[in-house]
Amino acid sequence: MSLNELTIAEARDRLKKGEVTSVDLTEACLKAIDAADALNAFVHKTPEIALERAKAADARLAKGDAPAMCGIPVGIKDLFCTEGVPSQAASNILNGFRPEYESTVSAQLRDAGAVMLGKLNMDEFAMGSSNETSCYGNAVNPWRRGNDDTALTPGGSSGGSAAAIAADLCLGATGTDTGGSIRQPAAFTGTVGIKPTYGRCSRWGIVAFASSLDQAGPMTKTVRDSAIMLGAMCGHDPKDSTSADLPVPDFEAALTGDIRGKTIGIPEEYSIDGMPQEIRNLWADGTEMLKAAGAKIRWISLPHTKYALPTYYVIAPAEASSNLARYDGVRFGHRATLEAGDGITEMYEKTRAEGFGPEVQRRVMVGTYVLSAGFYDAYYNKARKVRALIKKDFDDVFAEGVDAILTPATPSAAFGLGEMKDADPVQMYLNDVFTVTVNLAGLPGVALPTGLDARGLPLGLQLIGRPWGEADLLNTAQVLEDAAGFVSKPGKWW
Amino acid sequence: MSTIDIETARRVAKLARIRVADDSLPQLAQELSGILTFMEQLGEVDVTGVEPMTSVTPMRLKRRPDAVTDGDIQNKILSNAPDAREGFFAVPKVVE
Repeated sequence: MSLNELTIAEARDRLKKGEVTSVDLTEACLKAIDAADALNAFVHKTPEIALERAKAADARLAKGDAPAMCGIPVGIKDLFCTEGVPSQAASNILNGFRPEYESTVSAQLRDAGAVMLGKLNMDEFAMGSSNETSCYGNAVNPWRRGNDDTALTPGGSSGGSAAAIAADLCLGATGTDTGGSIRQPAAFTGTVGIKPTYGRCSRWGIVAFASSLDQAGPMTKTVRDSAIMLGAMCGHDPKDSTSADLPVPDFEAALTGDIRGKTIGIPEEYSIDGMPQEIRNLWADGTEMLKAAGAKIRWISLPHTKYALPTYYVIAPAEASSNLARYDGVRFGHRATLEAGDGITEMYEKTRAEGFGPEVQRRVMVGTYVLSAGFYDAYYNKARKVRALIKKDFDDVFAEGVDAILTPATPSAAFGLGEMKDADPVQMYLNDVFTVTVNLAGLPGVALPTGLDARGLPLGLQLIGRPWGEADLLNTAQVLEDAAGFVSKPGKWW
Repeated sequence: MSTIDIETARRVAKLARIRVADDSLPQLAQELSGILTFMEQLGEVDVTGVEPMTSVTPMRLKRRPDAVTDGDIQNKILSNAPDAREGFFAVPKVVE
């Protein structure tokens, strides 16, 4: 087994025992990354930074008081600002941008001794479900349909993170999730990803998409690894006024494997028309696994579920249109070449037309429309009211004693790159149907692989937890992971 | 079905400060119409007496003393500017 194939927990234990060094682990990952250009997962490689940090981590480990992430090689999604390293949210409008500062989450990982290998591909400004809106070109899923060599999407927006974990290019990766951007790619690649409670991770230094929905989280090979990495990423940050001033539990210590007496809710509204039988079976099997582990199963109703997607596609573009107003060609990134006589308005309009891709332009304009005079109440305020009802659905079932909710993570397995090219934009939005409610309600949600479809592609389930209940949620997820025994890996073709 | 006409599409593009060529406006209008039609399902929901959500987790935003905590980083701030001169961001002429 190559060192890049280790889990974070295994690597940590071997580092502590002195059986491997961080430099060994880092070199194994860098070699794997260089051999995996076909996946287009890493879009900015930082081998010099990686080796420098690995050496520092080894020195710290030798002193004996290193934290769990010390010496662990990780990839960072391009949405996170990293000091001196290109950080462009996969957008041409941030071409050449090298931040003078480090995002809080990546700084916490760095300070814990984690080793940054480079920046990971994603959809432009995290807007997309297939990684096809990236200015770097799409990342590719390491998984294929049996012997069929059709290139599949790793999902989005954290597609590079998911592809990198599935292909063992790094031990952990950061992702962000506004409507499902950690959980959907995790499900498409047989990996684990958790979106924590809104406010658990600082958003400072993460390029903003929709500020009331965005959260960072880890993407890893196992639930235990997510628990370890999440612990290093979260915590209060005075630079983000919405980050929660709450103690960070020891998530790994919460993995007791005991869920006897817990109540798992199964929401009837998630049984949508046209859902493939394979997904239904996966969901039923997962329910049986949790029951066999001693949990009580209860059918529940979340009556406003069907309105979650339209609510999201008002609120997220509205916030995006406001957040993306800053890309104007003045302070950073791209500025269009101007013609004689062009004034500042032409500079804004040409810069934004050249710098933003089609999906980002579409969402900025939808957001502009729903916030414009005469439509603000009909669309934006209406969506905020429906959002309150969606959250109340969850509050009600938690108040009735439900500890976690089990749902499918996605309505299908990974689809082919280019397959949705001619589809209506709304068709692509349907990918988020099971995940977007969780962002609207600010809850923690974890996706993990529990089976394969008939063509050999991974399928994932999602567990949704109570606010601030990540520790309990991860414990339930690990019970499901153990019961499902998902050990498949993609056959190496790259 | 909600319809966005070409003039509305032009106005939205203008408000968003994104240049859209005239021959691209019909397609833009059609796409925006499709998305808005999808959103119109929200009309079915009875929201009588419901307050619009302002914060997803009940929280009081923290306050801090109104004091300078940062500064003297002009070079850092200008380092990524497409056009910076004499310590300022430079833009095309705004007033004649």
